[in-house]
Amino acid sequence: MIPTKEELQKAFEERHGKELQKLFADAVVAVCGLGGLGSNIAVSLARAGIGKLIIADFDKVDITNLHRQQYKANQIGEYKANALKQNLQEISPYIEIEEHITKITEENISDIVGEADIICEAFDKASEKSVLVNAVSEKYPDKYLVAASGMAGIGSPNLITTRRVTKHFYLCGDGVSDVDSTNGLFAPRVMLCAAHQAQTVLRILANAE
Amino acid sequence: MVKINGTQFDISSTILSDYLRQADYDTKTIAVEINEEIVPKSLYDKTVLNDGDVVEIVNFVGGG
Repeated sequence: MIPTKEELQKAFEERHGKELQKLFADAVVAVCGLGGLGSNIAVSLARAGIGKLIIADFDKVDITNLHRQQYKANQIGEYKANALKQNLQEISPYIEIEEHITKITEENISDIVGEADIICEAFDKASEKSVLVNAVSEKYPDKYLVAASGMAGIGSPNLITTRRVTKHFYLCGDGVSDVDSTNGLFAPRVMLCAAHQAQTVLRILANAE
Repeated sequence: MVKINGTQFDISSTILSDYLRQADYDTKTIAVEINEEIVPKSLYDKTVLNDGDVVEIVNFVGGG
């Protein structure tokens, strides 16, 4: 039995307090890239009662994604944006989701993140991370940007940190653990980095930063 | 002196792109902020590092 919107809102308010929950419910957050980082960021933010999520990825769910990404075996072959929308709505049925099945480029970025208060960079490739961070910082210097670098390998979870690089730009990760020079990506460490990003989003909204 | 990622360097008047080359950065995987503002990549070879500048160079590594 799915709870009503009012019941869920009351539960959020009980957990977060009315004032804070209103800040979360009024927020629009964009998640760019829906892999290990992005799918986990989106799940955390949906659970926290963020009002609207903009989710974007061009790719489809692959069998090799299941070890760390928030998809199910029966979603292999679906577009990640569609599959994640479905999963998020099962978690939080009244959240507003705007999905984009597209590769984010400097040309289309405004159409995707223009409405967002906070943008999460959750790409895989270093060069694409750089393009997004540069494009957002140049076009939207007043929007908050929460990016990630360095969460691969079997290294210690304690090395994952969040650093405020500039007023509107936060960077999560250990800064060095490259997927190509480590022994792959492991769910807990990637989820930990995603959790840093999601918690930073909540802290920005709560004016705790 | 120019502060880069927390360390002071005696490189005032150096062009940003020259510093990045010398320090072995790959400009494809970085973002550079000077005094809280992003430097567009197209301006790396026109940007002079001035005395007192605070520079943050973020080098992205792959994985996500």
